[in-house]
Amino acid sequence: MVASCIDLAPVLIVVLIFQLGVICEPLPNVVDMIGGMLLIVLGLTFFVIGLEQALFPLGESMAYAFARKGSLPWLLAFAFCLGFATTIAEPALIAVADKAAQVASGGGVIASTDQARQQYALGLRLTVALAVGVALVVGVMRIVRGWPLHWLMIVGYAIVMMITGFAPPEIIGIAYDSGGVTTSTITVPLVTALGVGLAHSIKGRNPVVDGFGLIAFASLTPMMFVMIYGMVSM
Amino acid sequence: MKLLWGLLGSLRDILPIAGTILVFQLWVIRRPLPNVYRLLRGLVFVIIGMALFLEGLEMALFPLGDLMAAQLTGPDFIPPQGAVMMDYLWVYLFAASLGFATTLAEPSLIAVALKAQEISGGAIHAWGLRLAVSVGVAFGIALGAYRIVSGGELFLFILSGYLVVLFQTFFAPSMIIGLAYDSGGVTTSTVTVPLVTALGLGLARSVPGRDVLLDGFGLIAFASLFPIMTVLGYAQVATLFSRMRG
Repeated sequence: MVASCIDLAPVLIVVLIFQLGVICEPLPNVVDMIGGMLLIVLGLTFFVIGLEQALFPLGESMAYAFARKGSLPWLLAFAFCLGFATTIAEPALIAVADKAAQVASGGGVIASTDQARQQYALGLRLTVALAVGVALVVGVMRIVRGWPLHWLMIVGYAIVMMITGFAPPEIIGIAYDSGGVTTSTITVPLVTALGVGLAHSIKGRNPVVDGFGLIAFASLTPMMFVMIYGMVSM
Repeated sequence: MKLLWGLLGSLRDILPIAGTILVFQLWVIRRPLPNVYRLLRGLVFVIIGMALFLEGLEMALFPLGDLMAAQLTGPDFIPPQGAVMMDYLWVYLFAASLGFATTLAEPSLIAVALKAQEISGGAIHAWGLRLAVSVGVAFGIALGAYRIVSGGELFLFILSGYLVVLFQTFFAPSMIIGLAYDSGGVTTSTVTVPLVTALGLGLARSVPGRDVLLDGFGLIAFASLFPIMTVLGYAQVATLFSRMRG
C-alpha cells in the first residue's frame, strides 16, 4: 500500500501545485478523480503483492535455472516466451494500446466500432509482445556469444530510421512510444533476472556490462515491429 | 458489470505468463510447483489489481492529463491570436516538473542506482545517477511537449538524439553503457506512462493546427531517450573527477 502511494504521490503533488498555484481553478469531477486515484492505489497494491507472491519468485528462480544449465535452444525458447508473456500482461501497454485505438478510430484510420478498436489494440499489443520476445532472443544470444552491445544498438537504430521512411506517418508516434511503454512493472524484474543470471553463469562475462542491456533491446525492437504492423494494417 | 469484464480481460492478459511459467517449470525443468496455494492466491491478486488499476486510470489519470493540457493551453494562458511558442511556457514547465518528480521517486530507479554505486566502487554516486536520470526525463518530456506545440518531425528529434548518444557511447566508460541504455526504458513507470500519454494527446488536441493522430504520441519516446544522454554524460564527468582526484 505504501509503495503504491509513493508511486502516485509525485504525480499528485505536481498536479496539485499547478492546479492551485498556476491554474487557480477548482478541479471538475473531484469525486471521480478521488475515486479513480483510490482504485489506482488499491489496484497497484494488489497487483504488486500478487506479483511478488506468485510470479516473481518462481520466474526469477526459473530464469536463473535456465541461465545456468539449460541447453541453448530451451534457453532461447524460454527467453522468447518470457518476453512475449510479460509484455501481454503489462498494464501500461494495455492502457496505451486502448488510447491508440481510440485515437486511430477518431482519425479515421480504422473503423469507429468497438470491435475494430479492440482488434487494433490487441494487434498492437501482440506486435509489441512479439518484438520483445525477439529482442530477448537476440539479447540472450548476445550475452552467450559476447557480441558488443553498442554495435547491435547502432545497427538497430539504423534499421529503425530506415523503416521510418516507409511507415505511414500515423503509426510513427505510437511506434516510438511503444519501446518505452513496454519495459515496466512485470517485464523489468523478470528480464533483469534472466540477464544477470546469464552473465553470472558464463565465464568471462561481467554482470554489469552484460547483465543490463536486455531491456535496451526490448525497448528497441518494438519500434521496428510496430511500424511494420502499421505498414501492413493501414 | 464493467468490472466483471475488466476481470475477465485481466484473466486473459495474465494467462500467457502463467502458462509460460507452468509449462517450463513442469515440462522442461521438471520440478513440482512449490506452494501451489500461494501461487494461486498471488495470481488472483494480480488479476484483481490489474482490473482495478485500469479502471482507475480511465476514471482519474487519463482525464487528468487531458484536463491539464486543455487548461494550460486555455484562454487564461494563451492569447487568442498570435500565440508564439513561448506562450506555452507553463505547458513545458508542467511537463518538466511531472517528469522530474515521478522519476526521482521511481522505486526501480532507486534500486538500480544503489547497485551502480556499489559496482563502480563509489565513482558513480546513487544520488547523482538518480538526478541525472530525472533531469533527463524532465528535459525530454518538456522538449517532447515543445515538439507537439511546434509540430516538428518526431523522427528528426529522435534521430539527432540517437546521434548524440552514439557519439557519447564512444567516450563513456564501458561499464556504464548497458546501464545507461537500460535507464531509458526503466524509468517510465506504470503510473507515469498513462498520464504523460494523456498529456500529449490533450496537447495535440488543444493546440491549433495539430493533429492528435500525427502529433499526439511521442512523449514517452523523448522520456526514454534523454536519460541515456544525461547518464552517459554524468558517468563521463564522474570518472573524470575521480581520475583528477586520484
